[in-house]
This record gives sequence, C-alpha cells and structure tokens, in this order.
Amino acid sequence: MELPIYLDNNATTPLDPRVLEAMLPYFTNKFGNAASRNHAFGWVAEEGVDYAREQVAKLIGCTEKEIIFTSGATEADNLAIKGVFEMYADKGNHIITATTEHKAVLDTCKHLEKQGAKVTYLNVKEDGLIDLAELEAAMTPETILVTIMYGNNEIGVIQPIKEISAIAHKHGALFFTDATQAVGKIPVDVNADGIDLMAFSAHKMYGPKGVGALYVRRKNPRVKVTSQMDGGGHERGMRSGTLNVPGIVGLGKACELCRLEMDEEAKRLSGLRDKLESALTVLEESYVNGNVQHRLPHVANISFKYVEGEGLMMAMKDLAVSSGSACTSASLEPSYVLKSLGLSDDLAHSSIRFGLGRFTTEEEVDYAIENTKKAVNHLRDLSPLWEMFKEGIDLSKIEWAEH
Amino acid sequence: MAYSEKVIDHYTNPRNVGTLNKDNKNVGTGLVGAPECGDVMRLQIEVNDDNVITDAKFKTFGCGSAIASSSLATEWLKGKSIDEALAIDNMDLVEELALPPVKIHCSVLAEDAIKSAINDYRVKNGLEALELPKSHH
Repeated sequence: MELPIYLDNNATTPLDPRVLEAMLPYFTNKFGNAASRNHAFGWVAEEGVDYAREQVAKLIGCTEKEIIFTSGATEADNLAIKGVFEMYADKGNHIITATTEHKAVLDTCKHLEKQGAKVTYLNVKEDGLIDLAELEAAMTPETILVTIMYGNNEIGVIQPIKEISAIAHKHGALFFTDATQAVGKIPVDVNADGIDLMAFSAHKMYGPKGVGALYVRRKNPRVKVTSQMDGGGHERGMRSGTLNVPGIVGLGKACELCRLEMDEEAKRLSGLRDKLESALTVLEESYVNGNVQHRLPHVANISFKYVEGEGLMMAMKDLAVSSGSACTSASLEPSYVLKSLGLSDDLAHSSIRFGLGRFTTEEEVDYAIENTKKAVNHLRDLSPLWEMFKEGIDLSKIEWAEH
Repeated sequence: MAYSEKVIDHYTNPRNVGTLNKDNKNVGTGLVGAPECGDVMRLQIEVNDDNVITDAKFKTFGCGSAIASSSLATEWLKGKSIDEALAIDNMDLVEELALPPVKIHCSVLAEDAIKSAINDYRVKNGLEALELPKSHH
C-alpha cells in the first residue's frame, strides 16, 4: 500500500490506464481536426469523436446527436442555463434552483439575475433533499427552467429526479440537472428520468480533465440553447471551438468502462463506504451528514464534533480528503452546503468528506479508519471544547467573543 | 498551501497541553474565539509572588496554525514577567512560525488569549483589568 491514500474522488478521479491508452494515438498520429472534411486526417479524428459520442450516449440512454461536447461541467452548466434563458426569453424569465447546487449553477443564476432573470433558490430539508411541495408551489407560468443537481458533491445525496422533472413538465418548464457526480456512478437514463438537459464531466469518472458534455434533448420536446461562444458553429451550432479530440475519446472510453463496471463497482464501493462510516461513527459525537438512503455509493461526509476540520486533516496526513471547514476555503466561511442542511457552523467546521473511488482498496479503507480515529482522539485531547463537553458544560450558554 | 516546519513541529508535538485549576488565585485563564468561527483558544498562566509566570498551559480547537500559535505562546510565557508577557506581539508569532497572511488571525487570537489570561489573573488579585485594544480579525 502506498501513502498518501487518495480519498478525494469527488474533487477529481485518477485517469484509468485503459482510458489513457485509448487517448494516446489522438495526440500523435491521429492528430487531425475533426472538422477537416476533405482529408483522411480529419476523417480519422471525426471517427474517433463519433465513436465517443456513441459511447457517451449509451451510458445515459440518449442518441448521439443529443451530445454537445464542452470543456467540462462548468461550461455545460453555463451553456444550459444561460442558453435556455436566452432561447426561451419569450416564454418567461423565472428559474428555480436550490441552495445546495454547485457554484457553477448558483453563480450562473446570480449572473442572470443581473440580466433580468427571477431566480427562486429552494431550501433543502435537513437530509439535503428538496421539498417537492415547495418546488410545486414555486412554479409560475413564467418558469422556464428548473435546475436541480442529480447527486451532491459534498454529501452525496441523490435528489428525487423523476419527481422533480414531472413537476417541471407539468408546468411547462424544462428540467436541467448537473449530474457531474452521478453519471458513471449510478444508472442515469435521461428518458426514464425525464431530463431535458444534463451536464457532466470526464474527470469525475476516471477520464481526463478539460472535457465534459451537455445532453440536449431533441425530441419530446425539442430543446434548444443559445450558444455562448461565437465561432465555427461546431456541435450543431451550440458550442463553437475545435473539438478536443483526445479528451473526447477519453470521455467516451471512460463512459464505456463505467457502463460496463458500474453495477459491481457501486456494490463494492457502498460496502467500503459503509465499513468506513460505521467504524468512524463509533467515535463519540460523530455524525453522518445528509440522507443515508438516497445517496451516491462512494461518499461519506462525517462531522467530528469539537475538532476543527483543517486541524484534523493535518493529523490525517497520509489521507487526502476534504473538509467543510472555513479554513480550507479562501472565503473563511464554512461549507454553504452543510449550512443549508441546518448544520450549526461548528459542526460544519468539523466535517470531513471521504470520497472513495475505483482504485480504493479495502486495505486503504482500513488504514483510513485507524488514521482518522487516532487523529480525532489526538485533536480532542487538545480541544478545550471537548474538555468542556466532557465536564458537562453547555457550550451554547457560553458568551463567545465573536471575531 | 504547505505548512512551515515550525508549525508542523508544534502541531505534532504541542508543548504545554493541559489544564491548570482555574479556581486557584494564582492562575489566570483566557478563553477566546468562538466555535462558530472555527477557532477557540484557552490559555492559562500560573503566576508567583514576584509576578513571574511559572507555568502556562493551553488547549485549542482550530487549524494547525492556531494550535501552533498557542503552543508557541505558552513556551514563550514561561519565565516571563507579566509586563514582558504583555509585550508579546502577534507579529512575533507570525514571524517565528512563518504564518502566511491568511493565518495571521491565528496569531492575533493567541495574543488576545495571553492578554485575556493576564486580565483574569489581575481581576482575581484585586487589580484593575487592563484596557485592551479591540483586535481586528
């Protein structure tokens, strides 16, 4: 076993060697521009892209023509939300989203508010799921788009996508989902789920960074988005720019591997995740964040009360994890996702996210359990809050000097 | 962002972790910060009849830099007179630990903890609390 151990697979995943192998020829002898229609170099590149488009489409149950390749999920989020807002301006200007969305969605919505959009930010329940009745109540005749993520990047909860899309459609709105954490991890079928647009990314599913896709429905209804980049009219006019052929080939291969291995992999990962979680929640005052029934198989987000996340990660020096602690962010604010669940700031500061992946072994999980336990106990020995808690002092009654 | 060697050293082998009896008249306790902000420091000093700090202990809830700042502060306090202790400036801690700008607030908190412990000691012994400049975190 090599140290440190990578348990931050929600941030990014390592490239699968089989994906790399598929990509390599497209850097060297198959270097052509997929848009070059009049010579073999172009045709070979185009073939690679076409095949990748099939591989991607097969994973999410759509047709090849419904895939728009982008530079990643952030671009796909921008294209979907801004593109729908502009394309359907005649119909209305209201967008519904949720407070726990990724910044790529929230900041895009904020941007559109300056351009006249009305945006409703739904709160989530304590378990991280939205309240369907609240969604229904928020729908208006001007609502053109509902954008709710599939699986959350910090806590892994899976939203009730079918129910959400049904409500959106009942009121004549389109449904877009940022499915970056879900595609390739759990079965996602755009038709069964009633999805009109969907963003996802290669580097979260063992593919390369810098490539992703936007699914845009072509039938029932035919959805259109206004392009956000002017140029050669690639990707059916919706996303100009020379195609990133090696990246796209990698995304295709990554999708194929996920499709073939997902069932077994999800079982293995949820087994390891449960092992990790049950071993760590044996520690006093530790809490799992988010709904534990509806969630991705590979994520565990745990708060260890009375220790601070960054300090804790420093003691877990052989583990690469992430924390909702303020100290890890530039803003010095603790995770807005955890705060949306109603978690107090001190619990948000105390959270650690473990993201398991394809290359995580049981031996590594066992090591992570021991390392984390030791770290929590070490930090609690240093913690005045832990000492006060042990003495039965009610910390909420103390007048803290806010700073 | 990598931590400096000194921060790692204090974090891994923190000096003077522990608790003095806060009810003793010769012990001053400073509890600063807030759980909501992600850092709380408790720093205690024991003072002899000559106004010299004979012992110092801390416990800190916070990041590595906060733990290192308070650990270093206790090391510096031992053997100093109260007046010398009052002269400890947060920037001395920043320099010694090579804290990056984003972690300066950890050193400010440690300075606050020292002053608040001294004030607690003063008030317990019938002296007036010193007016402390409100620090900006």
